[in-house]
Amino acid sequence: MVTVVADVPRESDASASRAQAVQWRSLLLPWLPPLGLLAVWQWLSATGIVSTAIVPAPLDIWNAARQLAERGELQHDILVSLRRVAIGFSIGAASGLLLGLVVGLFVVARDLLDRSLQMVRTIPHLALVPLMILWFGIGEEPRLILVAMGSLFPVYINTVGGIRNVDPRLIELGRSYGLGRAELVWSIILPAALQPILVGIRYALGVAWLTLVVGETIASRDGVGYLVQNARELLRIDIIMLAIILYAIAGWLSDLVTRLIEQRLLRWHPNYADRGAP
Amino acid sequence: MNGAEVSLRSVSKSFAGRSVLRKVDLDIAAGQFVSIIGPSGAGKSTLLRLVAGLDAPSVGRIELRTTGHRADVRLMFQEDRLLPWRTVLGNVRLGLKGRDREARDILRAVGLQGRETEFPVALSGGQRQRVALARALIHEPDLLLLDEPFGALDAITRAAMQLLLEQLLAARPRTVLLVTHDVEEALLLSDRVLLVKDGGVARDLVFDRQRPRHRGDPALAALKEELLDGLLTAEGNLPAVA
Ligand SMILES: Nc1ncnc2c1ncn2[C@@H]1O[C@H](COP(=O)(O)OP(=O)(O)OP(=O)(O)O)[C@@H](O)[C@H]1O
Ligand SMILES: [Mg+2]
Repeated sequence: MVTVVADVPRESDASASRAQAVQWRSLLLPWLPPLGLLAVWQWLSATGIVSTAIVPAPLDIWNAARQLAERGELQHDILVSLRRVAIGFSIGAASGLLLGLVVGLFVVARDLLDRSLQMVRTIPHLALVPLMILWFGIGEEPRLILVAMGSLFPVYINTVGGIRNVDPRLIELGRSYGLGRAELVWSIILPAALQPILVGIRYALGVAWLTLVVGETIASRDGVGYLVQNARELLRIDIIMLAIILYAIAGWLSDLVTRLIEQRLLRWHPNYADRGAP
Repeated sequence: MNGAEVSLRSVSKSFAGRSVLRKVDLDIAAGQFVSIIGPSGAGKSTLLRLVAGLDAPSVGRIELRTTGHRADVRLMFQEDRLLPWRTVLGNVRLGLKGRDREARDILRAVGLQGRETEFPVALSGGQRQRVALARALIHEPDLLLLDEPFGALDAITRAAMQLLLEQLLAARPRTVLLVTHDVEEALLLSDRVLLVKDGGVARDLVFDRQRPRHRGDPALAALKEELLDGLLTAEGNLPAVA
């Protein structure tokens, strides 16, 4: 009984070009399902199997986008929404990170704040929408506050958890090699907690977009959510679907950015391959 | 006087009621190179951690004495404890300001030149251990504690690292406590060998032989027999081989 575990007759460039082919494949393959879906969808509409009154064809949506873009509305609404997410998310994530660091590093802060924060966390922040509208009207503040609230807790919880789970042996190492408190935090605790923190940030970005959708749909004068709101009144299903696609692209892009940051910051991690520093 | 003087006065340590060290008394002169041998689980690492001040004894007093300043202690842990997010060079420079040149030199001395910018994941077990060794050796503490620093190395690399350690100590003498499972290594490197077992120091051999020593030295062979005897009787509860 012979079991061939491996049989590579000679080292060759074939394996290198195969590796390259695999890389191309994993770059291109993910695009196949969405593009295929679009093609099938267009075909279904063109043949009249699906009524374009209910589900507009991809080309209709494209045309709607072009029209909106020509009037400058599309760009304006996208920029407005992006700005809201960026500001709200930055405030929320930064506060979450800061609170998480303080609570994770100082026992006094944990005793003082953690329970209260956990209690606030259990309130679904979207439940505050009506209150926010009553307090702030449909100005800019309620949306920013909501987005910030939504982004704060995922970052907070992951930061605290990440710091709490740092290998105590590495902290001991730092202490016995003469690191001061600040250096210990910077060289050991933060890098060790980085992965969960980044997971929290990625999750928070998703929540930020979700919050914005709700915020803009309910009370707004511009932004992608307003586009939807307006389109619903005008029965423009094509614009509604356009907005949905825009949200999908935005979510995908922000995820991509965080993934790239993750890969860069965690390049020492065995799960993120690419060994060796630049 | 180079290095710290160490003294333990009836030091006991127990973990959750299980006693590991019992009333250990020990005096180590400044500059002495002491090897600690003993069966697995005898409390060798525990002893080093107590001396390093990482754990407190359950009862007893431990003193480090140096002239003029507070004693500086470095412990090379039994596991390498490299920081995975720091490069090899970054690990060696942990806790140091600058000293890039020196760090590169010591990495060359442990045979890792050209690997400075790699992350620990890319290293083999023995290479990781050598990085940890370099990290411990670049400091100039009054007391250097080494917990099985060559455990993962092959015979040849091990001999090279022993030589390196001897050279560094000859240039800058200090007190050293070395835990090892290799009796020959203990005899080769140290001024004194402690056999730790049953919660205490069972043998305490002090010998001042010339350095460098040679593995073939008949006097060392006799000492080796004696220490191995001590080790074997310590493991009297080994399963009998039929
Ligand atoms: N943190 C701890 N908690 C509980 N028990 C411990 C702890 N550290 C050590 N011990 C116990 O103390 C005893 C001695 O451990 P120690 O690590 O000092 O042994 P050792 O002599 O270094 O052994 P080895 O040669 O295998 O490294 C063991 O029985 C171990 O289980
Ligand atoms: Mg040990």
